[in-house]
Parts: sequence; structure tokens; C-alpha cells
Amino acid sequence: MAVDRDPMIDPQKLSFARAALSRRTALTGLAAVGAAGLLTACGTPGKSPSAPSASKTPLVAPDLSDTEKVINWSNWPAYMDVDGGKHPTLDAFTKQTGIKVKYNEDYNDNDEFFAKVRPLLESGKDTGRDVWCSTDWMVARLKRLGYLLPLDKANIPNAANLVDTLINVEFDPGRMYSLPWQSGFAGIAYNPKSTGGKTVSTMDQLLHDPALKGKVTLLTEMRDSVGLVLMEQGVSLASVTAEQFAAAIQVIADAKNSGQIKGFTGNDYTKPLASGDTAACVAWTGDVVQLRLDSPSLGFVLPEKGFTLWSDNFVIPAMAQHKKNAEKLMNYYYDPAVMAQVEAYVNYIAPVKGTKEALVKTDPTMANNDLIFPSDATLARAQVFRGLSAEEETSFTRQFQALVTG
Amino acid sequence: MALAVPGARPARRRAARRRGTFTPLLLLAPAMLWLTIFFVIPTFSLASQSLQTGDIDNGFVLTWHFQTYSDALGRYWPQFLRSLIFAGSATLITLIVGYPLAWFIAHRSGRFKTMLLVLVIAPFFTNFLIRTLAWITILTDNGLVTGFFRATGLINVLRWLGLVGNDTLLYSPFAVIAGLAYNFLPFMVLPLYTSLERMDMRLLDAAGDLYANGWHTFWKVIWPLSLPGVVSGTLLTFIPAAGDYINSKLLGNTQTTMIGQVIDAQFLRVLDYPTAAALSFILMATIIVMVGVYVRAAGTEELV
Repeated sequence: MAVDRDPMIDPQKLSFARAALSRRTALTGLAAVGAAGLLTACGTPGKSPSAPSASKTPLVAPDLSDTEKVINWSNWPAYMDVDGGKHPTLDAFTKQTGIKVKYNEDYNDNDEFFAKVRPLLESGKDTGRDVWCSTDWMVARLKRLGYLLPLDKANIPNAANLVDTLINVEFDPGRMYSLPWQSGFAGIAYNPKSTGGKTVSTMDQLLHDPALKGKVTLLTEMRDSVGLVLMEQGVSLASVTAEQFAAAIQVIADAKNSGQIKGFTGNDYTKPLASGDTAACVAWTGDVVQLRLDSPSLGFVLPEKGFTLWSDNFVIPAMAQHKKNAEKLMNYYYDPAVMAQVEAYVNYIAPVKGTKEALVKTDPTMANNDLIFPSDATLARAQVFRGLSAEEETSFTRQFQALVTG
Repeated sequence: MALAVPGARPARRRAARRRGTFTPLLLLAPAMLWLTIFFVIPTFSLASQSLQTGDIDNGFVLTWHFQTYSDALGRYWPQFLRSLIFAGSATLITLIVGYPLAWFIAHRSGRFKTMLLVLVIAPFFTNFLIRTLAWITILTDNGLVTGFFRATGLINVLRWLGLVGNDTLLYSPFAVIAGLAYNFLPFMVLPLYTSLERMDMRLLDAAGDLYANGWHTFWKVIWPLSLPGVVSGTLLTFIPAAGDYINSKLLGNTQTTMIGQVIDAQFLRVLDYPTAAALSFILMATIIVMVGVYVRAAGTEELV
């Protein structure tokens, strides 16, 4: 210890330090004895490993909706209409119902958000949120873990406006726990400036064309990146097997090891794509529609062999305090006229019937954009990644993450 | 630890009693509490987690599964090694850049001293992420920096060193190391400045009087006296840089993954908490050992 040898420290101070040190030594001894016991105590208790996970029931908190006219809503960034720093549709909702919406754009990533709320949900505590928008597979996981409350459709008569194709989804048949907020496709985007004017129309080209070498990004969303490769190999996403998945992973791994792929990204692929640092990438429709406003030359291709369709869905977490208010909010956005206002800004695919008809009146060009209001022929080629069991999810994610961080 | 000088003990006891037995404890309490809540308990929790098995559906149970450690190390040793190399390179660069800068600020900047110090700290007023993202713009393919490296042929040197893959600077080991060096530069400059600033300048005159040339003066006088600053500067840079994952995530490619990114992915995406905890522990242990060896070798344990 330095204090002993330092002549500058006067003896009084020294006695201080020593008194503390001797106590600290005692504490250390205690800690060493208790260490093993403490380690044992740190496990996640209260759950038997053999308990079947399907039987979990969510905890319900008393609904304060009638006395507290508020909703806490967590959503993805840039996923709401904006006008001069305000959200016109939210303000109109408050005016109509007297319910104030605390709108937080703190949902940046399914996994990160899950990590944030899981400890609270797991210990049966209120997350401080009444509603948020999770992607399909995350809804499946939340539901499986018993973290979601069933929706009371009596409060959401407009739910009847949900488009037919999204009613009986595999992870939530009949939409008992979730309602889509926005949908979108994952396809291939490219910047002609960096591809030498070339069109990039298949995953095979994206992963092997020497002209794109080192200028390709894929998405960290496993189901989109791997899904596109699987469909190119003729595999149906509704019935993908472990072998097929592993084969697709191998294709991506080869491309990565050859230096074709420079990275895996979240929403942040947009800037390099627009600047040309990224020549081509897997991208989401709404982003590209928005990017094209500034860089009209950007290309976007929905591959012939198929592309992924995903939705981000309203869900109400266990212990939510304002469930009825949240249901009223869903009902409000399932009015096609309101959804059309949102759509005009976010440019994704609306899950509400009649939105196109409502938008034609105000913005006919947008209403005729096949990426925002896809035709039946386009929709027929879209596929949804099948629900995965807990074991499959772990195994698939592990393989994919070995690529992303390998 | 040469704590016990038996004869002195009663006197010390009396001194402690005179001041109130609990005073030293009370004074230590906030720091101890802080350490306990934010270091000791999390460390035990992490240690426990690293030895558990299970998954999020069925919960995790402590099974003393030490194999997680060997599995994790077997699978991710390249990322470990890379993290140490990247962090080491960045530390070396900050030292080479920071030393003259700290010297200049301490002894040659005159009335601009305060302003220059503020400038060194100024980047901290901007968010860490924003600062790193700015490097994407700086190193962009058609930007000035890349143009300069191409025109001077320096890019070929970098390629020969394996620091870039093709004729672009972004998304390469070069970009990651540059980002790390930039982000941690102030942590190097400030301790260096502190130890250089309080150096007695008459020692340099004395060295000159004894016929030491510039190099000898630096190597025999300035450098040894600045060692405390060098040691704390390198530690403050190396330790966080080794665990950093933002720079490699934003400025690197799929071949520049650092261990922080792996831990992040295991914790948040794979949800394999034991592996993530084991990796965190291995990183911690590696750094502690390296720092221990380094501090001992530098012979400055009293000065850090």
C-alpha cells in the first residue's frame, strides 16, 4: 500500500486509513466466506425448469383508465406523422377523448427493448408502458412468456377493418393479443451511382457480384436477411427446416468470408446507401420510399422468388395500468381516415382496410405507390417467417449472430 | 503490506477513539456503499450467471457449469485477441499524438493554456455516438481524407499492413483504430498534462548544464518524470478501448468484430446470458492481469 511509504502523509491521517483498512480486511474475510453462498443465491429463482412454458398467465393490474386519462406508448422512431414538432393524429385523439398520450420513441430494436422490459415483466412489475409496437416474432416470444394481456375487442370495434391477410397469423390466430400498426417488406435496395448503373435484383447477385464487393450490407434482423436467401433457394418460409436454415447461413458466411459483405446493420443502413458508401443492401420499404424523396435515383427491388413481409404490432404488456385507454387508441388508429394521415408520413404499408381510398383524396401519387399499397400480385409473392419454438429460436439466432459478430 | 507495527498499535487506537470510532467508517461509507452496490454485488451476480445453465423460457439455474468458460474462449478467442491489438494500437497512437500535445499545452501555450485544455475536453460536450458517426462522414469514400490517402499512395501502405481491405478507408481496422484513438485521446492528454505541467523546468537547464543533448534530456529526465502520467493515461485509454464496441460496430466491417460486440450480441440477441457473463469475466480477468504486469513493469505502483 502506497500510504505506508509516503512521508507526506501525517500519522493522524494514517491512523484513519489503517482503522478503515483493518475493518476492510475483516469485511473481505466475511465476503470470502459468504461468496459461494451468494453465488448460489443469484440464480433466477421461483421457476421450475420443468414447468411447461405455454401455461404462463400474464399478471393483470387494476385498470386506472377511467380515473387517469393517459396512455404511455413506446414506439419506433420516425413512425408517426409529424407537423412542426407535433403529432397531429395524437393531438386529435387527445381532443376527441380527453386522453393524453405520452408518446416515447424509445423502441429502437426488438432485442434491446426486450432486454429493457424483461426483468420488469419477469418479476411481475409494471413496465411504465401501456402499449408498444413489437415485430411479429417478438410478439410470439412475449406471448409465449406470458407477458401480454388479451385485447378486449369490445373497446376496439374498428379492429374489423384489419386486412384479411393479417387476421389469422400463426403467432396470434384471430389477433387475441396484437393488432398490426404498420407492415413492410424487406427487399434489395441499391445506389446506381456505386453499382456502375447496374440493377441488383437477386440475393445471388447481392452476395456474389464482384462489382459490389465490400459494399454490401445485410440487416441484423435475422428473419429478413436469412429469409431472402432462403426464398431464393426456393424454400418456403412457412416450412423452413433446420437444415435449410443452416444451408442459407452457409451461403451468407461464404459471402462474408470472401469480403463481399461489409456489415450487418439496423436502421442505420440508410445514410451510407444514400451517399453511395453502400452500393446495395437488404432494406425496408418505408425507409427507401422516404430516402427516394431526396435521392430519387435509388433503386429498390422486391426479388421475384419472394421477399419477407413483417408487421410491427400493438401489444399491451402485463401489469399495464391504462389498458382500456390503450385499446381506445388502437380503435382510433384503425379508422382509415386517421391511418391515411399516418401513412402519408411514414410510407409503410397500412394494415387497415380503406386507407388507400382515404389517401387517394389527398395524395393520389402516394396512394398508387406499389410499395405503400401493394397490389395483390405483389402481396402474393410476400412470405412470413414461420413461428419458431424456443429451442429453434435460440439455435437459429446463435448461428446468425456467429455470422454478425464472427 | 507492512501494516502491523505492533508497538504502535495502542497509540493508534487512542487516536481513533479521540476522533470518534465511527468517523473513519462514516467517511468511507459512501464510497463503500457505492462499491458494494455497483461493483461487488454485480460482480457476484455476473459470476453466478456465468456458471448457470438454462434459457429465458425456463429460467436459469446455477449448475457450476465451468465448461461455459472454455467453450466461450474456444469460440471467441480471435475477437479477444483483436480487441487487445486494436486497443493497444489505439493506446500507442494516443500516446504518440498526446505526448507532444500535452507538452505544448503545459509549457509552450502561454496565455492560451486554459483555452487549449477546454478544447481538449470540448468533444465530450458532444455525444459519444455522434462523435463516432462523424467519422463515417470524415472517412467517406469520396471525402478529402480518402482522397489524400489515395493521392499520396499511403493507402497502399495501409493495405500492405492489412489495415484496409481495398482502396477505401471506412469499414476497416484502420477506421476502428482511428475511431478508438480519437475517442480516447483526452483520457491520455489530461493525465500527461498534469504530470508534465508540474515538472520543474530547472531540471532541463540542469540537464543542459551537464551536457545532455535534447534526446538525453527527454529520455533521462522528462520521460521518467512523466511516467505516472503515461501509466495512468495508457490505462485510462486501454481499459475502456478493449471493451468498446461502438467504434468497431459503426466504423468496422464483419472482420473487425471486437469482444464488446460479441458480449452485446450474446446478452441482447442470443439471450445466452451465461456465455455473455463468462466472456465479460474473461475480459475483466485478462485486463486485470495485463494491467498488473504493466504497472509492476513500469515500477509506478505508488504513483498511479
